[in-house]
Amino acid sequence: MSIAVSIDEIHRDALPGVSEAGPAAKRIVVGYGFWIFLLSDIVMFSALFASYAVLVHATAGGPTGGQLFNQVSVAIETACLLASSYTCGLMSLAVRSRRYVGVYSGAVVTFALGAAFLALELREFAGMIAIGATPQREAFLSAFFTLVGCHGLHVAGGLIWLAVMMAQVAVKGLRANVERRFLCFSLFWHALDIIWVALFTVVYLMGVRP
Amino acid sequence: MNLLGKLSWSAVPFDQPIVMFATALMALAVAFVLGWVTRQGYWPYLWREWLTSVDHKRIGVMYCVLALIMLLRGFTDAIMMRAQQAVAAGDAQGYLPPEHFDQVFSAHGTIMIFFMAMPFVIGLMNFVVPLQLGVRDMAFPTLNSVALWLTASGILLTNISLAVGEFAKTGWVAYPPLSELQFSPGVGVDYYLWSLQISGVGTLMTGINFVTTILKMRAPGMGYMRMPVFCWTALASNLLIVAAFPVLTATFAMLLLDRYLGFHFFSVAGQGNPMMYINLFWVWGHPEVYILILPAFGIFSEVIATFSGKPLFGYRSMVAATMVICVLSFLVWLHHFFTMGASADVNGFFGVMTMIIAVPTGVKVFNWLFTMYGGRIRFTVPVLWSIGFMVTFVIGGMTGVLMAVPPADFQLHNSLFLVAHFHNVIIGGVVFGVMAGYNYWFPKAFGFRLDERWGRASFWCWLVGFYLAFMPLYVLGLMGMTRRMQHYDNLAWQPWLLLAAVGVAVILAGIVCQVIQLAVSIRDRQQLRDATGDPWNGRTLEWSTSSPPPAWNFAVLPTVTAIDAFWNSKSALAKPGTSAQKLEYEPIEMPMNSATGFVTAFFAVVTGFALIWHIWWMAGLGVFGAFLTMLAFAFRDREEVEIPASRIAQFYRARPAEIAR
Repeated sequence: MSIAVSIDEIHRDALPGVSEAGPAAKRIVVGYGFWIFLLSDIVMFSALFASYAVLVHATAGGPTGGQLFNQVSVAIETACLLASSYTCGLMSLAVRSRRYVGVYSGAVVTFALGAAFLALELREFAGMIAIGATPQREAFLSAFFTLVGCHGLHVAGGLIWLAVMMAQVAVKGLRANVERRFLCFSLFWHALDIIWVALFTVVYLMGVRP
Repeated sequence: MNLLGKLSWSAVPFDQPIVMFATALMALAVAFVLGWVTRQGYWPYLWREWLTSVDHKRIGVMYCVLALIMLLRGFTDAIMMRAQQAVAAGDAQGYLPPEHFDQVFSAHGTIMIFFMAMPFVIGLMNFVVPLQLGVRDMAFPTLNSVALWLTASGILLTNISLAVGEFAKTGWVAYPPLSELQFSPGVGVDYYLWSLQISGVGTLMTGINFVTTILKMRAPGMGYMRMPVFCWTALASNLLIVAAFPVLTATFAMLLLDRYLGFHFFSVAGQGNPMMYINLFWVWGHPEVYILILPAFGIFSEVIATFSGKPLFGYRSMVAATMVICVLSFLVWLHHFFTMGASADVNGFFGVMTMIIAVPTGVKVFNWLFTMYGGRIRFTVPVLWSIGFMVTFVIGGMTGVLMAVPPADFQLHNSLFLVAHFHNVIIGGVVFGVMAGYNYWFPKAFGFRLDERWGRASFWCWLVGFYLAFMPLYVLGLMGMTRRMQHYDNLAWQPWLLLAAVGVAVILAGIVCQVIQLAVSIRDRQQLRDATGDPWNGRTLEWSTSSPPPAWNFAVLPTVTAIDAFWNSKSALAKPGTSAQKLEYEPIEMPMNSATGFVTAFFAVVTGFALIWHIWWMAGLGVFGAFLTMLAFAFRDREEVEIPASRIAQFYRARPAEIAR
């Protein structure tokens, strides 16, 4: 008897679909909801990307991206953020196996790398503002500061979140809801990486093409 | 540095008697309600059972209450506009000066879309969807409460603008460059932007919550193709919220940066691009139309099937049509501004897409008609609203297809023809829909039906009033009258505008009937009581529990084996040899009340108000307060309370009707 026939013989009712299994576990529900939030966040970024694309040549006689961007600094930024995603993954593994030392050290390194990223970004902004390339100068710079700044704001928010999570682990331990929040945090942190990769490509790589 | 930013006593318009009168009236109403609640000693009850409630049913009811109050506010604006245009012809200037008239039409649009239609639709979804899915609450109950209170914050800020400062004079779409600081230096646009940013965050939370609830929390056995159609439309609507509202947030953020920090997104200086705002706004705005209308379609589907005593005709095609509309709604935004001057190809594409979206809508209309065909229809109030909808909406849909033809649109753009069209679909579709839903689910929410006689009177006034008020606007549009005119010289328009003013008076009679209907029903609640929990012989799971449902909705989660789950279980019980099971109750874990939403919203109002008036220290304080509130929530030790089995058994002993099931 072939496999196909034997599957046919199973009564359809005997195979309840996943969609009929009843309410999902809390962990799944929370993770799923957070994914939906991340999607909405990415939609928001896509609106910023779109306006950047519209305004990228609207320099009103002012400086262009090619004249302003320092690719070495941005490369270091990117390295920091990507490495922090890796350490964030290590932290998640430590949360799962409940190794507190691993959780703390993973968090500290992730925080440090994220803070380094942010510091480099702020230094870039300050440098541009110092030479008069402010967001008030032209539409292109408005779009640039908003797009990159919005990502930076997300990173800053992530750092605050991570600090709060450390306090929670210290005070409350790795109880179920803290563990779920770690799951959400790592999703968030990786999503910021994905957005940065798009941002790096669109702004810093395509932006310096002649 | 000024400690109060731009705020001073000159912000209160003491010199405008109409505004001061409205403010006084509003203040009196609020003072009366607060005083009454205090005198009756209801504060502890209100705080415990409503303000801090995370129960989806309570939250749904509060959304609907907000919407009904805002309907009154928005409708007052409508009366003012109709009265002004009825008289301000030729030499007469009417009673509203231009800068006030401009605020009135901007507030009318903003309030009706964001603070009437949205809360009403979200309120009904909140109340109904978890019950129809056969579960005990939403995926994120506290988030749900936060969303409600953030919406309330936006509403409060908009209403504060009446007394302190001004509202936008830009129309409800706030197009730049008019809405830029250079041309709108006052706080009106800031009120508009911050109230919508705050309530928009709440709406996004709602969207995330519903998508997760519908996709991940259904009763055992309820596969996707067994979900009631209202849940499908709610899913489509909330998917649109998740995909569209972030665009609005980003767009408003850009306009705020322009206004507050001198950025050049939409300004003409610095090579900004005003048309980009208009594109982005409608990338949100067109899906928004479907966010509102799809749940209304779901309500009509439930109402028609129930009162025809038949399963919905073409369930699968209804689901398919809903999801097709959901996708297509993102491909038509440019029809709001064919006159932008895009190429003929671009305009042609969006025109064709707009016409195509009428096809799934037509499928739905035929499905409703075929559901009624051969059924034993009971002409209750919800059915009247549904039939009124079908006739009215088809007319509105056809004028929409007419305007989807770009050359025709060049003539009709921004004319009263357009105003008539979108009121035709929004009143005829969304408002009739939420009214049907309000009459249909009211007995489920409160345990007694609404009075039929006053309900019918209200429906007929609304229907007749609608046609009287808006059909003349089609004519006026073809005669060349543009929208938002405070005054006009063409006296040939005046008779039609007088007719429209009569229409708005008839609608007012309809609203008065609704208020009376509510009052009469509360007075006669004993006669109107529904002891069975199933007053309409319903088909879906919300009718299988008592009215009003207990906090836990279902003592035992229902097991679903087919579509129209409750109808099926009733049919099975009717057969001889099957009898209701004797239930053993088990304790139920329910989410605990939380003040997080209410407190967050308080800080949101503080922050919003401070930002509008440039009171920076207060804005910082508000943000910090909201952050602390979130921390308090994150660090709380108990999230759930256990309802003991004895209390559940006691509840059902008092209601023998439900045990019979």
